[in-house]
Amino acid sequence: MQIYLPIAEMSVDVFLILGMGGVVGFLSGLFGVGGGFLMTPLLIFIGIPPAVAVGTQANQLVASSVSGVLAHMRRGNVDFKMGFVLLIGGVIGSFLGVILFAWLQALGQIDFVISLCYVVFLGVVGGLMFVESLGALIKSRRKAGPITPKLPGERHSGWIHKLPFKMRFRRSKLYISALLPGAVGFMVGVLSAIMGVGGGFVMVPAMIYLLGMPTQVVVGTSLFQIIFVTANTAFLQAAINQTVDVVLALLLLAGAVLGAPAGAKAGAKLRGEQIRILLAALVLLVCGKLVFDLVATPDELFSLGGGGG
Amino acid sequence: MTRSALGNSAVLGKAMALLSTLLLLSVWGAAGPVWAQSPDPTPASPPTTAPAPASPSPASPSLASPPSAAPAPIEMPDLGLGPRASVEPELEPVQPLVADLSDHLIAITTAFTGTDVLLFGATDGPGDVVMVVRGPITSKVVRRKDRIGGLVWANHDSVTFEEIPSFYRVASSRPLDEFAPEIVLQRHQIGLENLTLPLADEDAEDMDPEEQQLFRDALLRLMQTEDLYGDVGVGQINHLANRLFRSQLYFPATVPVGSYNVEVYLFRNGEVAQAEITPLIIGKDGLGADIYDFAYEQSLLYGALAVIAAIMAGYLAGIAFRKS
Repeated sequence: MQIYLPIAEMSVDVFLILGMGGVVGFLSGLFGVGGGFLMTPLLIFIGIPPAVAVGTQANQLVASSVSGVLAHMRRGNVDFKMGFVLLIGGVIGSFLGVILFAWLQALGQIDFVISLCYVVFLGVVGGLMFVESLGALIKSRRKAGPITPKLPGERHSGWIHKLPFKMRFRRSKLYISALLPGAVGFMVGVLSAIMGVGGGFVMVPAMIYLLGMPTQVVVGTSLFQIIFVTANTAFLQAAINQTVDVVLALLLLAGAVLGAPAGAKAGAKLRGEQIRILLAALVLLVCGKLVFDLVATPDELFSLGGGGG
Repeated sequence: MTRSALGNSAVLGKAMALLSTLLLLSVWGAAGPVWAQSPDPTPASPPTTAPAPASPSPASPSLASPPSAAPAPIEMPDLGLGPRASVEPELEPVQPLVADLSDHLIAITTAFTGTDVLLFGATDGPGDVVMVVRGPITSKVVRRKDRIGGLVWANHDSVTFEEIPSFYRVASSRPLDEFAPEIVLQRHQIGLENLTLPLADEDAEDMDPEEQQLFRDALLRLMQTEDLYGDVGVGQINHLANRLFRSQLYFPATVPVGSYNVEVYLFRNGEVAQAEITPLIIGKDGLGADIYDFAYEQSLLYGALAVIAAIMAGYLAGIAFRKS
């Protein structure tokens, strides 16, 4: 069954989109990430213009983060104070990111920058997570018991404590400068606008390793602020670049709603470090594909873009 | 439901097109012999003896006026033609070529997956028919990737083409070079190689012609892969008995919106004997059009509503999760 997408200006198979939403929903239910880093490349792969893929994906992430936060709120795993500080940085970041996006689009470099961002962040995050979770897996083999990653972030080095605007975050059991989460939020905001991702896959490790937050509040808090960052991104992308396709967003969402519970159920059967190592492998796989595309000699050197209007 | 309804209307449209073609055929069958007296040397048309070599219209009444003298001349076997010829002056001068489309308006609705339009028409005798479809004028940027830092491929040079058709198709009954000289094809921009693809001034100045040609070739190639340009479709026009012709015109789902021109050329002796231009409008319609207009005309409100819809959808999904 085909449906014509009004903003993307092409027709797609409804079931293909639903299926993609379902698969990504399954993975996001399994790993607790938004799945934007998978969905955007998939959308581009089936021929959706990159700009529309990014804008629409941001809109769809609003919905999936809202439903995620609801689940975490019931367990009390959301640090609202931390969320707001992250948010202030995130909103500024996504505003700049959308402007940057429009500029890069006019320059014809947007595809390249999107790819490059993906490679750098997926590579770094995937690599770190892989090493960390592999270590945890080996350790847990030796002595049973829950493993909490002990990383440098938990004991901040001296200069971080000298930063001004110190704040107490009760839920996260932290007393640190507000500039730190603000900067993390800002960076994720920029990425969210350029890459069409919620930034969960960057935010979660940054909160654990840089801010030293306890793992159980990280996912909920990250999702909480991602709602606002992606909402802001989606709104600005729609307002400035007209790249949000609501029909596509709703189809993806419908698929994700069906896929996520299955993913969560599957996730309950796996141990934490097993999930992390699988996610790391997935992230590295996507990263490897993108590196290959950037480095390999393309079949077609030329590409077509819309004219100025 | 809507799909089947749409399918029915498409079938209905085709039936209508067929009907009108049949109607045209019957009209031609009846009036053909009379009209065919235009000054082409068609051996098939019988009344070659009847009209004077001068313009047929004033000649006919004089022919019809002396019916009393009928028995006298011997060469009157074509008597039956006389009274019919007397009706003729009221008819307009003969058109060597008439053509029309089964639809003049294509609506892109939510269920749009591309569509066919029937071009049909008639010629007053032998000749080659060529159809050219041109979409609304647009501009496109062609970018070329280059190795940056000797490692990574990224867009580097770019050329803007201004005032090029956003859609282009050619259909013909025979290969073009069998009946049309190159110069005529160039004049009318028939065939991809004859399209003038003007570069933006600033690009044209600082690029040598060979490079420009590379980018032109790339533009044609890319537009073809996007199904927006097509090379000459030989044999896509059926010319029946040198009179009727028809061609199926396919518009893919990615077709740009705007006003199109469907040009039909009749070639005789290596020249364009006549050309007809029929307009065709392709526009978005229904819900899709509303969403598109909304997104572009009231971007702020659209963005806000898109976000609110997403929040509500997420909230509902969250509640659904809890229950399950």
